[in-house]
This record gives sequence, structure tokens and C-alpha cells, in this order.
Amino acid sequence: MVRTEEMLLNVGPQHPSTHGVFRLVVKIDGEIIQEATPVIGYLHRGTEKLAEDLQYTQIIPYTDRMDYLSAMTNNYVICHAVETLMGLEVPEKAEYLRVMAMELGRIASHLVWFGTYLLDIGATSPFLFAFREREAIINLLNELSGARLTFNYMRVGGVKWDAPEGWIDKVREFIPYMRKELEGYHDLVTGNEIFLNRVKGVGTYTKEDALQYSLSGANLRCTGVNYDLRKEEPYSIYDRFDFDVPTEETGDAFARYQVRMAEMEESLKILEQAVEQFPEEGNILGKVPRVIRPPEGEVYVRIESPRGEIGCYIASDGQKEPYRLKFRRPSFYNLQILPKLLKGENMANLVVILGGIDIVLGEVDG
Amino acid sequence: MTTEENNKKPREEDAVDQKKRKSNESEKNEIGAQKEGAGDIKSDKRAKSKKERPNMQDKEGPMKQKRPGKKTDVEEHKEEESPSPKEPLLKKYVALIHEHLGENSLEDAYINRASKELPTLIVQPESYFSIARLLKTHQELQFNYLSELHGTDFKEYMEVYVHLYSFARKEHIALKVKLDREKPIIHSLVPLWEGANWPECEAYDLLGIEFKNHPDLKRIFLGEDWEGYPLRKDYEPYDVEV
Repeated sequence: MVRTEEMLLNVGPQHPSTHGVFRLVVKIDGEIIQEATPVIGYLHRGTEKLAEDLQYTQIIPYTDRMDYLSAMTNNYVICHAVETLMGLEVPEKAEYLRVMAMELGRIASHLVWFGTYLLDIGATSPFLFAFREREAIINLLNELSGARLTFNYMRVGGVKWDAPEGWIDKVREFIPYMRKELEGYHDLVTGNEIFLNRVKGVGTYTKEDALQYSLSGANLRCTGVNYDLRKEEPYSIYDRFDFDVPTEETGDAFARYQVRMAEMEESLKILEQAVEQFPEEGNILGKVPRVIRPPEGEVYVRIESPRGEIGCYIASDGQKEPYRLKFRRPSFYNLQILPKLLKGENMANLVVILGGIDIVLGEVDG
Repeated sequence: MTTEENNKKPREEDAVDQKKRKSNESEKNEIGAQKEGAGDIKSDKRAKSKKERPNMQDKEGPMKQKRPGKKTDVEEHKEEESPSPKEPLLKKYVALIHEHLGENSLEDAYINRASKELPTLIVQPESYFSIARLLKTHQELQFNYLSELHGTDFKEYMEVYVHLYSFARKEHIALKVKLDREKPIIHSLVPLWEGANWPECEAYDLLGIEFKNHPDLKRIFLGEDWEGYPLRKDYEPYDVEV
């Protein structure tokens, strides 16, 4: 019998598999994790404090830097909160542009997750494929907004730029291309036995746990809870599209993989319909006062980001700047379950479980 | 004491600093100033600006919402033509809470119309935890999902805002509690929802709200040696110019 001894091991903050600056202090006995303590805050920039001195339009670029893999949804959530508080109407064309941008962003975000997750597990080539396709999306969003990642595209009451000529056709061409590539991913990865051995039955939790820990997004849907804010409380124009909410029952890392892969296909479905319905004519910015001054009051809105439920709370005192701005950041909430999942696991499963949650540290730290 | 140390301490600002500050910032530092005894003039100012603000709004145009805390039923009906569709639900919640926890447990209950017709309860600090437990466990309420928890410094008081969702009933509710600003202490919700753990740490870290019975209340973002609570309105940044 080999004798083992407890050891304290620091994973991160500079570790590629933590996808940012995240530190995990693990107590291991042999290869078994006894206790894991997450340490966060390395990327805390005080967005909420900064926002108290900024006008609403000036805050939008800051939201790009929270969840930098799907900045479009972050852009949307603050615009949506202000619009809800002011009772503004957004032109139809702007809503279509927003939805297309958000769904493209969702696919891009899931592609980064797919690529890096497989890379964490040990497969190199899916990463290259995923980033090739993501590049196509980023080029599309670049043409639309003028930036590759930090778009700063949406405005209160609409969007900043109209779609350039031929952009809609490019999106239309992208959809079948992406569908084909997704099939390739499934051929390459989904049936792969090594992959399945690594993810099946790993990091399992129940529906009750998921609700108890306030999980959202794919982390919640993998336990069989059919909950997607695009369906439950349709915001923007999501009620016009026909799409499904993929769920799985097992609640393990493989279930989360399947949910995210299926979500990309659903996003393509939404894009397909949006491209067909897109109105060529119309305004891209509604009737918005030059200085945005929401009335006194408070508002809390939630939308579905690729990582889960992203919320925005604004308390306004009638000034140009928000009195208090708070983002409900899904990664921050989702990460809380990690110590529970890691306890008693093999050390080699650490990155499988952490990667499966799909966090972005810019969002965790706010 | 060096100048650096002076800057760090938000409470001990001197009169020279006050003058330097821009006029729109003066309100933010009121509390610090009041403590020093310069309060009389300042509080007059605040009273004025509060009166003025609604007038300014009227000029701005079609903004019809008002401050949520002061809404009464009569006023609401004057401004909004139709009563909120959530009105019966709110009445039901209030009745249930009164039945189980007494009439004094609620401070106020209203529909936040600006926030997508959200039923909002303002509860007494003493009954905060028991109301949260009732909302979670009662068969007719079943708010089993904690969507959001955060704090806000409203100058006169500290507020904790909790947003709950019921998967069974597909309904939302907001739970608010007003705390003493100087000594904000409240019962933790972690025994009910594990998901409240980090958000409560965040509120502690940035606003200094203490949560009783929290398993591991710590400064989650800033260092343990950080002075002051940045999201408080009288917080003095280390370097004022930045």
C-alpha cells in the first residue's frame, strides 16, 4: 500500500486551462481532491463603480469587456434595461440586427468554448477548426460594428451602424457553411471514445443542486430543466422565431457538451429566419433624446447570454448617470458550484469540470 | 500622517478638498460632510435639489415613471390608466405573508411597473429571512430560484435587493430590505440558497453589508487589507483624479 500525504496545490492564476486569471487552491491526497477553494478578483475592474460617473452610452463599451467572448449580449442587456425603464420603442430593423449580432456572437462564444475545452482535454485539432469558423463570424461582426471583439455596437434605442451592403447575404451564406462544419465536429469529436471516457459521468449534479446554486444557461439545461429566457420571457423579437431549447437529463460534462452543440444549431435556425424576415427599409435608431435621462425608478431585466442568465439592474435618480448599476453575471453565479463538484474527484478531472462550466473571467470578476 | 494616508480615509476630508470638488460631486460626499458638522447647509441643499428634480424631469418629456418607494395606490392609478395585471398576485403574496408572519413583517408592497410589472416587497430586517424562507417553501409561492442579490447605498439607508423566480409558477418577485447605513447587518440567505454565497460576499466586499450566519464571508474581489467600501457613495478613491 502506497502512503499518500495531503498536499496544497495552486492552480493558476496563470494557468492556460483556467481561461483567464483564476486561481484554485486545491488540497490533494494522492490524486484525489479533498478540497478546492476558488480565488477570484484578479480581473476586477470595478465596472459598476466606474459606471456611476458615466452616461449610459458611455457605459456600453465597458460591458464589452465583461464577457468578452459574447460582447453583443452584454451590449444588449444594458440597452434593454434603459429602454425598459424609459419605455422606449426600438425600430424593427434595429431589433433584427441586434438578434443577428447576438446569435452570431452566441455561436462564436460556443465555438471558443468547444475549441478550448477539447484543447484542455488533450485534443488539438478541434481547436483549430473551431477558431477557423469563429474567425468567419468575427469578420462578419467586424464588418457590422467595426471591431472584432469589443463591438460597442448597440445603443439605447437601436444600433450604431446599419448592415453594410451585402452583409445579410454573407450571413445567409454562412449558415449552410456552419451547418456543414458542425456536422464535421460531431464526426470528429462527439463519437470519439477517448473524449467520451473523459466527459461521461464526470462533474455530475442534479437538477436540485443546479437550482440551489443559481446555475443558468447550459449548466442548468443539462439537468433537464427546460429554461431559456428567449422562450420564457421573449425579449427583443425572439417570439417571432421558431427554435427549440435543447436539454439533457444526465447533468454531467457530456450533457453540457451536447446542450451547447445543439444550441449552435438552434442559433443557426434563428439566424436563418432572421435573414429571411429582415426588413431592408427602416430606421436603426428609435426616437431617443440626445441626452439619455431615464426617469427616477429602478429596473431589473434578464436575458439569455451564451453562459446563462445575464441581468442588469439600474437604479436611476433621474440623472444622466445611473445612481447604481449592477450586472448579474452568469459566470460569477455558475462558478460557485465548482468546489462541490471537485470534492473527491481525480485531479485529472479538474480541467474537465472547470472547462465544462464555461466561465469567462472578465465576467466573473466584473 | 502622510498625505497618502489622509487620502485613503474617506471620513476625514477637510474643507479645502470640499471646495475643489465639482458641484455635481458635492452631493455624493454629503454624508461625510454631515458627520463633520457642516451638515445644516448641505442638507438644505439636498432638500432643494430633491424638490427641483421632478420639475426638471417634466421638461424632459414623456417620462412617466416615478420613484418606486413612494408610490401609493392612489397616485399609481392617476398616472397609469389600467391597474397592473400583477395586482391580484401581489395581494395574494401580502395576504400570505401577513397570515404567516404577522402584519408588521412587511414595510411596503407595490408593483414596480417600470421593471416589467414586477411585484416588489419591502420587508422589515427582522423578518427578512423568515419571509425569504416562506417565499421559497410555501406551496402557493415556491420561489425556489435566487436570480440575483446585491446591495445599494441609498445614502439614507443601505438596501439589499433580492430577485427570486419560481420555476413551478413562472413568476418573479423582488425582495428588498432597508438597513441602517452605519451598521448594515442582515441574515444571510445561504442556508436557503447556496447561490447567495458569492453575491453576499460581493455586497460585503463593495458595500460593507454584513451577513449573519454566512459560512465564509470574505472580501471576494478586493484584498483583505483594502480600506473602505468602494460602492458606498461617500467612498474616497485612493487617487481622486483617476
